[in-house]
Amino acid sequence: MLLAVGSLTVMGAALGTVLGVAARFFAVEGNPLEAEILSLLPGSQCGQCGFVGCGQAAAALARGDAKVTLCPPGGKAVAEKLAKKVGVRVDLSEAEDRGPMVAYINEDLCIGCLRCMQECSTDAIVGAPKQMHTVVSEVCHACAKCFKICPTEAVEMRPIAVTISSWHWQKPGALQAPPQVH
Amino acid sequence: MKILVDKSAPFTHAPTSVQKTMATVLLALVPATLFNATLFGWPAVFMFLITLGSCLGAEAICLSWSNKPVLPTLFDGSAALTGWLLAMSLPPWAPWWIGVLGAVFAIFLAKQVFGGLGQNPFNPAMVGRVALLISFPVQMTAFIAPRPLFSSTAPGFIESLGITFAGRVDFDSISAASALGYVKTELSRGIPVSQSVPHLPDLMDIALGMHPGSFGETSALLILAGGLFLLARRVISWHIPTAVIGTLFVMGALFNAINPDRFTGGVFQVISGATFLGAFFIATDYVTSPVSKRGQLVYGCGIGLMTWIIRSFAGYPEGMAFAVLLMNALTPLIDHHIRPRPFGRTRKGEPLPLARGEK
Amino acid sequence: MKLFPIRGGIHPDYRKELTSEKPIVALPLPRLLYLPVQQHMGAPANITVQPGDQVKKGQVLAKGQGAVSAPIHAPTSGRIAEIANITAPHPSGLPQNTIILEPDGKDEWGDLPEPLADPFAATPQQIKDRVAGAGIVGMGGAAFPSAVKLGLGGSHKLEILLLNGAECEPYLTCDDRVMREYADQVVDGARIMAHALGTPRIVIAIERNKPQSLELIKKAAAAFANIDVADVPVQYPMGAERHLTQAVTGRETPARKLTADIGVVVHNVATARAVHQAVRFGRPLISRIVTVSGNAVREPKNIEVPLGTKVAELIDFCGGLAETPRRIISGGPMMGQPLPDLDVPVVKGTSGILALTAGEVNERPVQPCIRCGSCVSICPCGLVPVEMAAVIRHENMDAAVAWGVMDCVSCGSCSYICPSHIPLAQYFNYAKGRLNEQDRERRKRDLVKRLVEERAARLEKAAKAKREAAAARAAAQAAQAATAEANRVNP
Repeated sequence: MLLAVGSLTVMGAALGTVLGVAARFFAVEGNPLEAEILSLLPGSQCGQCGFVGCGQAAAALARGDAKVTLCPPGGKAVAEKLAKKVGVRVDLSEAEDRGPMVAYINEDLCIGCLRCMQECSTDAIVGAPKQMHTVVSEVCHACAKCFKICPTEAVEMRPIAVTISSWHWQKPGALQAPPQVH
Repeated sequence: MKILVDKSAPFTHAPTSVQKTMATVLLALVPATLFNATLFGWPAVFMFLITLGSCLGAEAICLSWSNKPVLPTLFDGSAALTGWLLAMSLPPWAPWWIGVLGAVFAIFLAKQVFGGLGQNPFNPAMVGRVALLISFPVQMTAFIAPRPLFSSTAPGFIESLGITFAGRVDFDSISAASALGYVKTELSRGIPVSQSVPHLPDLMDIALGMHPGSFGETSALLILAGGLFLLARRVISWHIPTAVIGTLFVMGALFNAINPDRFTGGVFQVISGATFLGAFFIATDYVTSPVSKRGQLVYGCGIGLMTWIIRSFAGYPEGMAFAVLLMNALTPLIDHHIRPRPFGRTRKGEPLPLARGEK
Repeated sequence: MKLFPIRGGIHPDYRKELTSEKPIVALPLPRLLYLPVQQHMGAPANITVQPGDQVKKGQVLAKGQGAVSAPIHAPTSGRIAEIANITAPHPSGLPQNTIILEPDGKDEWGDLPEPLADPFAATPQQIKDRVAGAGIVGMGGAAFPSAVKLGLGGSHKLEILLLNGAECEPYLTCDDRVMREYADQVVDGARIMAHALGTPRIVIAIERNKPQSLELIKKAAAAFANIDVADVPVQYPMGAERHLTQAVTGRETPARKLTADIGVVVHNVATARAVHQAVRFGRPLISRIVTVSGNAVREPKNIEVPLGTKVAELIDFCGGLAETPRRIISGGPMMGQPLPDLDVPVVKGTSGILALTAGEVNERPVQPCIRCGSCVSICPCGLVPVEMAAVIRHENMDAAVAWGVMDCVSCGSCSYICPSHIPLAQYFNYAKGRLNEQDRERRKRDLVKRLVEERAARLEKAAKAKREAAAARAAAQAAQAATAEANRVNP
């Protein structure tokens, strides 16, 4: 009886110590997931997800309060990465993927008001006051802030056109069954 | 003019197809099958046809249940091959329901449940055989001595119908043990191998097939000829058969040298039982064997070793079917770990180092 | 000469007899020539002419831009009719910026650069500049600017110039005919290239199914002690750069390295001839030899074609189509590109135009994989196509990379051999395209992120400067007020 009580006490004390030490040694500062998720997001603080900036969106994702498909500029690619990171399965084959987009300024409608330039988070719009503006498509990531602010609706969001250098072969169709015989 | 661009190169193709491969394997089995059909008479012919027909029937039923096209898939030849190999592994005078049940096990449970051709982890014919062997040990070991067609000992056509379909046969009076079975039984009675083997037909007769055994496996030489034909047609490569037979021979010879009273010799191990059928036709089944050559060597050695262990130590006299199934289970593992060395890389997948003295 | 075995490979039906005995014939000048600004790997050329300009044969129409590029020259004299977007000779069927030249029929040469009197006295740089100026690109099909490859001597210690006359693709005989009809030019071009590269040795590798080429090249090279002619076995893909290097030298190029890293530079035989023309006569690359073959073509031929000729004119020159082809291919049947249309031009990398019948193509419905392992046995790169295709089917690109999809050279041997007719090579082409796309997206994301951060920092700095200025102003005002106060108090 005493032996049992004694040994259990010793075991409890020893294991408790181990756990205590482990907790100190392997302590985790904050939620590392949040920082990792933040690194996957575009970081342009465009707010299309409904959160104020990418940091809040990352926090919500880490808590599990947001869907991995929340980021429109990131598209399918970011959604896939997020799903892998937070460990959820998401069926993206059905998800509408508009593909990558860019902003395009309609020259006839632009009045050169500079508002879009001030709004653009990557400085992708070039132009001068009272002169037509242009989008540098290489650095436009389709946050659509300019689209929203343009007073003359001169900004359009267009899908990035496929070129010969970006074109690639499609995946072969699903296993083709031999022709049906009746 | 608009032309199809739905597919990338290559725009030429070897004259290969699944049907052609299966047909070649079936062709290689024909000589041994014809010989054994003659050797064991009408009951064996009925058993063979029933097994083959049941497999095709089972495949057709499964395909129509799963709304897949029936005829094209049925004629890819895979179900016929399964049925044929299953029949080869059954006792020649087995009753009709053994063939039908075997087909159900092989096609329903081992093949179609997993999604049909190419998806099954285990060799369907061997699943069928093993399931029967465990469920009906008496019927599955009721071997008879050869009674060649039209000889005085052979049953007539009508009598044979009775044997296959009505069970009108008294196995107790005619059954004979296979060579492996005889040695095992004698060993269990305390009679050493060195004394029991001389009572068997001599090795030449065993090689030719003039001894009791399963329908397809008794004629080792004709099976070997079929296997060599497959090798010549490059349907199979030498790796698996050589590994299986080699390992079996080495294990047999080695332990026979150590203790001739307990273990049979290497040549006996190779010639008797299902060694050739297993090594050339069963173990080489594409779907359930590894894809890389080195993997195939490992797989073949594994089968040889397991067969020898089961034959020597387990309760069953023959272990080929169990050995194949056990190694089937390891195939995904072998394929994952044994890969060819990529061009320009080490086996670990790192780029090759540049030779010294060069940049 | 001692040769080394290469792994795997296949032996397709070569069908070279359709054109191997047909001498090269020149195509009459077509009515219009279509010259895309990108006929090579790298940056597209920059157009230097206007519609309406009169140009002479050999005149530069578009200049190369950047380190990897090549200029475009006028294949004949005439007028620039238009600069327009024309369907490219590419499976996508996408348009490409194209100069349209209307020949005037005079075929007058413009001013060409002076021939280099003694190329072996010239510096490697001079030869390289000449080759770059002539717009020469690899003519085996890859169309990589040759001058860039000739500059490797500066950065690498090179031992062998390996001239690739393997021509392992079925049907194609253009290199075979070039070697048979212009053996001396090929050998001279090779010597000039070796001089530019600084390689002491030259090996000309030819597959054994071209005995006349072997004989004639051996004869042409007999006078030069540093040239060896290697008769390599007939085995597809012998003509792949790394595999040919291994077959001839026994050296295996490490993954992600160049053959130059192990001392070997590979050039095509037709490229050698083009170098000969550029260095000895100052002529730019304005035409090439094209094999037009396949059972759907009435009279298969080897044709010397001005660049920019439409494929339809080549087919007409060969008597037209005998039947509706199942596929039209630019290049060989193993690695060529299917063309959506006959209305596309011949470019610098077009080695063949094949019109193949359904019988030749032998397409069948895809059946389930039976794991026969044929693709594993024949893969010349030592990969496991069956597993790679399985993971790519499930869009698992990370696993595809782990199985080595980026080491695949798209030789197509696996698709060719597969008894279930599974388009394995297409899975790998798809995966490579998808992975490149992901890479581009990732780079863009990183760029965007950097720009966002820079902007945020700039705005922060501006705000801070503003705040400081305001504070300074306030302080100054306060000080002023204090002084005024002090003055008021203590006048």
